[in-house]
Amino acid sequence: MKSESSQQLFNAGIVKEALKESFIKLNPTKMIKNPVMFTVWVGTLVMMAVCVWIAAGEANQGGLLYNIIVTAILFITLVFANFAEAIAEARGKAQANSLRKTREETPAKLIQPVGEMYVNEIKRVPSSQLRKGDVFLCEVGDIIPTDGEIIEGLATIDESAITGESAPVIREAGGDKSSVTGGTKVLSDKIKVKVTTEPGESFLDKMIALVEGASRQKTPNEIALTILLAGFTLVFIIVTVTLKPFGDYAQTPITIAAFISLFVCLIPTTIGGLLSAIGIAGMDRALRANVITKSGKAVETAGDVDVLLLDKTGTITIGNRKATQFHPAPGVEESAFVKAVVLSSLADDTPEGKSILELAGDSYRNISVNDPVYIKFTAETRSSGIDFDGQRIRKGASDAIRNLCAIKGNEFPKEVDETVRKISSNGGTPLVVSKDERVLGVVELQDIIKPGIQERFERLRKMGIKTVMVTGDNPLTAKFIAEKAGVDDYIAEAKPEDKMNYIRKEQQGGRLVAMMGDGTNDAPALAQADVGVAMNSGTQAAKEAGNMVDLDNDPTKLIEVVEIGKQLLMTRGTLTTFSIANDVAKYFAIVPALFISSIPALQHLNIMKLHSPESAILSAVIFNAIIIPLLIPLALRGVAYKPIGASALLRRNLLIYGLGGVLIPFIGIKLIDLFVSLYF
Amino acid sequence: MFSEILGVVLMFILLFLLAIPLGKYMAKVFQFQSTWLDKIFNPLDQLIFKIARIRVKEEMNWKQHLTALLTINLCWFLIAMFVLTNMSWLPLNPDGNPSMTGDLAFNTAISFITNTNLQHYSGETGVSYLGQLTLQLWQFISAGCGIAIAVVVFFAMREKTQTSYANFYVLFVKSCTRILLPLSLVVAVILLFNHVPMTFQGKDTMIGLQGDTVQVSRGPVAGFVAIKQLGTNGGGFFGPNSAHPLENPNYLTNIVETIAIVLIPLALIFTMGHILNRRKLAWSIVGVMTIGFFLLCIPTILQEVKGNAAIAKMGIAQPHGSMEGKELRFGAPASAYWAISTTTTSNGSVNAMHDSLTPLSGMFTLLGMMVNAFYGGVGVGFLNYYIFIILAVFISGLMVGRTPEFLGKKIEAREMKIAMIIALLHPFLILTGTAIASHVYAHNPTAYAAWLNNPGYHGFSEMLYEFTSSSANNGSGFEGLGDNTPFWNIACGIVMLLARYLPIIGPVAIAGSLAAKKYIPESAGTLKTDTPTFSLMVFAVIAIVAALSFFPALTLGPIAEYFSI
Repeated sequence: MKSESSQQLFNAGIVKEALKESFIKLNPTKMIKNPVMFTVWVGTLVMMAVCVWIAAGEANQGGLLYNIIVTAILFITLVFANFAEAIAEARGKAQANSLRKTREETPAKLIQPVGEMYVNEIKRVPSSQLRKGDVFLCEVGDIIPTDGEIIEGLATIDESAITGESAPVIREAGGDKSSVTGGTKVLSDKIKVKVTTEPGESFLDKMIALVEGASRQKTPNEIALTILLAGFTLVFIIVTVTLKPFGDYAQTPITIAAFISLFVCLIPTTIGGLLSAIGIAGMDRALRANVITKSGKAVETAGDVDVLLLDKTGTITIGNRKATQFHPAPGVEESAFVKAVVLSSLADDTPEGKSILELAGDSYRNISVNDPVYIKFTAETRSSGIDFDGQRIRKGASDAIRNLCAIKGNEFPKEVDETVRKISSNGGTPLVVSKDERVLGVVELQDIIKPGIQERFERLRKMGIKTVMVTGDNPLTAKFIAEKAGVDDYIAEAKPEDKMNYIRKEQQGGRLVAMMGDGTNDAPALAQADVGVAMNSGTQAAKEAGNMVDLDNDPTKLIEVVEIGKQLLMTRGTLTTFSIANDVAKYFAIVPALFISSIPALQHLNIMKLHSPESAILSAVIFNAIIIPLLIPLALRGVAYKPIGASALLRRNLLIYGLGGVLIPFIGIKLIDLFVSLYF
Repeated sequence: MFSEILGVVLMFILLFLLAIPLGKYMAKVFQFQSTWLDKIFNPLDQLIFKIARIRVKEEMNWKQHLTALLTINLCWFLIAMFVLTNMSWLPLNPDGNPSMTGDLAFNTAISFITNTNLQHYSGETGVSYLGQLTLQLWQFISAGCGIAIAVVVFFAMREKTQTSYANFYVLFVKSCTRILLPLSLVVAVILLFNHVPMTFQGKDTMIGLQGDTVQVSRGPVAGFVAIKQLGTNGGGFFGPNSAHPLENPNYLTNIVETIAIVLIPLALIFTMGHILNRRKLAWSIVGVMTIGFFLLCIPTILQEVKGNAAIAKMGIAQPHGSMEGKELRFGAPASAYWAISTTTTSNGSVNAMHDSLTPLSGMFTLLGMMVNAFYGGVGVGFLNYYIFIILAVFISGLMVGRTPEFLGKKIEAREMKIAMIIALLHPFLILTGTAIASHVYAHNPTAYAAWLNNPGYHGFSEMLYEFTSSSANNGSGFEGLGDNTPFWNIACGIVMLLARYLPIIGPVAIAGSLAAKKYIPESAGTLKTDTPTFSLMVFAVIAIVAALSFFPALTLGPIAEYFSI
């Protein structure tokens, strides 16, 4: 992912488009939305007028060439700032377009309603003509034309076009996996799908609009930061304007170019120019992680999340339980027991059944018997098994097998009872196996905790985020797994309303809660949560309720989303710090330059030993301009988040961006001056 | 010289030894816990509450607090105006001093209600004893208001989702009766025993060493000096302020008066630590303030001890340092220490003439007022610092990857707007004021020649100092400036008014708005505001916002002067 994104950072096509866009953005009605850069825009206009004035004969404002260069650099500063925003938009757009491409103009098999009934009268229409509420048919090999919900049938679907995941998934009507996405491909069976969105209003379309800026609104934090930056700009307007009478008093004439250069250098143009790019890049990073955000605010909020609600299955544990150990009853030989277990599981298609065969190993793989009759699992018997040669092997929950044995008057061995209890209290599930209603032993099934998940929770804990496991398991099992996985809290035997209540409780305590869900009954909780990530496979209701949609249906995505949010905020903070810290060096470059000619004693303040007043001013302005494109990659990629605790993080960032922000311009301006001094 | 510097060090240590218990005592007072002074002052408090019909239990929201403060200030402003413009015929005028002109009375009244005590008059000849007493009352009221409003902010910082807390009138009365009055009594008594006058009799006559008869002004001085020092007021009873032998006769009184300058502003930070139960936060704030104070104080002392460069060039040795404008009985280090104490705290009393400080020392006194938060004025020093905290929290909060929060409350656009306006105000008033004055002067130097004693860079410093002092509500002056003219009286009056009330309104509004917000419990991801790193951040914000924006102005004033002599 990383190499991919750096490759795309300055992809030629994107750069070209962004360059064009950065000139279009010079339109004052667009510029005024960014108060910092707008003042630079005004400054550039004034400098253009000054150039004309000098060309017309004014002699006290410095050389024409010098003034033209200052004007040009200011103009370039503007273009650079616009370029930052444009390239962020272009990248987001490119990313979104590649997702959208697949679903454009796909033929759809529209089912024509006749009267009250849907009959199979199929009309082929382009996907763009599908309206919300229409029903279409998809068969093997069809590309699903648009987002919708299956109302009839079941199909395996290849979602790799969207998720990049090659394993096909099953989607079926009813239940929580009824949603299909435009652009994915039906691999088997046939489904009827009801269109859930109007054309141009799918989540992806909304996201593209957000990235393109048409419907992008400043987030609350962005607004607050803009106020801060506008405030700094005002301070420096005051500083610059009042310098005129000060100069008059000291009989020090100061050129307009010097005034405007001082002003432009002091105002936080670096962060001002990069601010919107940072916001767009945040959404873009989410999109790259295959998460569609419905607003920029959602990403920002994700950085603030205090509590994460995580489903146990799929997030903390690998989807299903696995057999981990065989416990033969006393007096039963292990090999005989394993053989019986394997026989009972031969026809068992469930993941648990498969894991039993896996545990038994290859030596038992080729067992076969004559005329086997497989007994399927039913809710009534709560056991499954096999009959052959008059033998009955059964496998099931311990009380089911106990009943079987009791009917025949056979005893349930105490030792087995003990084993069953022990497994339960260790968070496992015991399956008892019997042969002819006599207990042979117990198979231990365990939840397998995902590798690396403990570290992730540790990382979250260091971020100050509390993790909560949600599971349908009984409290005993839940507690065991919670401890083993290292989550902070758990909700056992969870019903949808429990999630909701938990979220409410945490929110009343002032905490922000994030959760992921897919089912319709998750919808209220998703809506209640501050960050609700719906799985793309989930129901439409769930997707509408959340503020993000995860195309990968990956429950651990929540953790990534939080990091993206934090990165976004950090990038803003560090670049603001950097931008403001730059002022120290710029003061020392420009202020002596303003006065040296009339107060030679102030040469002592020229600690960088810049060549001449003109070269000092030019160097400062040039540095100010080129730092913007130099920081674009950082703005787009985001500052790396390290979960080392807030104080350590602040120390680190203050050192890099604060101290760095003070020192770098001293070096940069001096270097530029060495070059500029050849001419001025 | 060594013992002189040791004296300064001991004064600083003594200051902390007194401020720490005082901070604790004040926290007890404002939280209605019992103190040993209750027996004496409870009846007095009750009487005042009864007469003024103050409902002690009634809690106020931030708007009511501000309304209460502004009402008190407006009423007393009108009374002060009346007294100052009519004191020639009012009682207690043994020396027959005249009433003030309208613009001077306006300037003086504002100067005292705003805790500035900028004096465009001289106490001996400019006011009657009734006038002095009115001004002295103001020194209590403005300092009391400052303490009370800071305590309002402390309570607001402590609250979780609350809109009302404390009663301003109660806090105000307690500030006066429990803190200012007892402390002033102690200081005044020490001064009395060192022969500072306290009388309503008119001028005394004495025969000087040369045998001629001299008229010596006196009056109720000791009480006046005590509160002017303790309340960061700074307005002297006599024109030369604490350089005058009847205000500050010897080194012992100098120690007492110097400590009194910083005592309450410093102790209030400890009070905050107790009220919020966050001692570490208090210490980290004190730490930043102290480092800032040292950064100004140490070079100033060194500069003054080194002496005047222009005199050194003439080949004259200066074993006592630069003594121009200083009192022999205090010496260079103690005068330099006072100069920084009085400018960082918005006190403004002087025991040496700041106009005569060496150029860089002059700049450090200016910087102390430009920052105005290294201890700062009584109460308001903390409020200024609070604004810097909000700005620092906002930037550093982002740097740790969370939307910014301070003490569990989110800082959003509204708070940023207020904080930014207040942070802007100080540079705006100082720079704009000086710019107007420079403009007026530069375009007609002959017509305004009376303004400036010294032309050139030092003249610029004089104008800059006057506006800085007004905007910082400090009140000291580079006395070379001929400032009793309508321009300076009115311009400085307006600056003082804006610079007093807006920086009070702003932080109270922010604290009120934050107090009403939902409380977010701390987690490992929360930015801690009591760490050295965060303190460094606040310091950097202060240095860049408050100090650097004055860099061009300082360059044309003291810096140019320094490099030119």
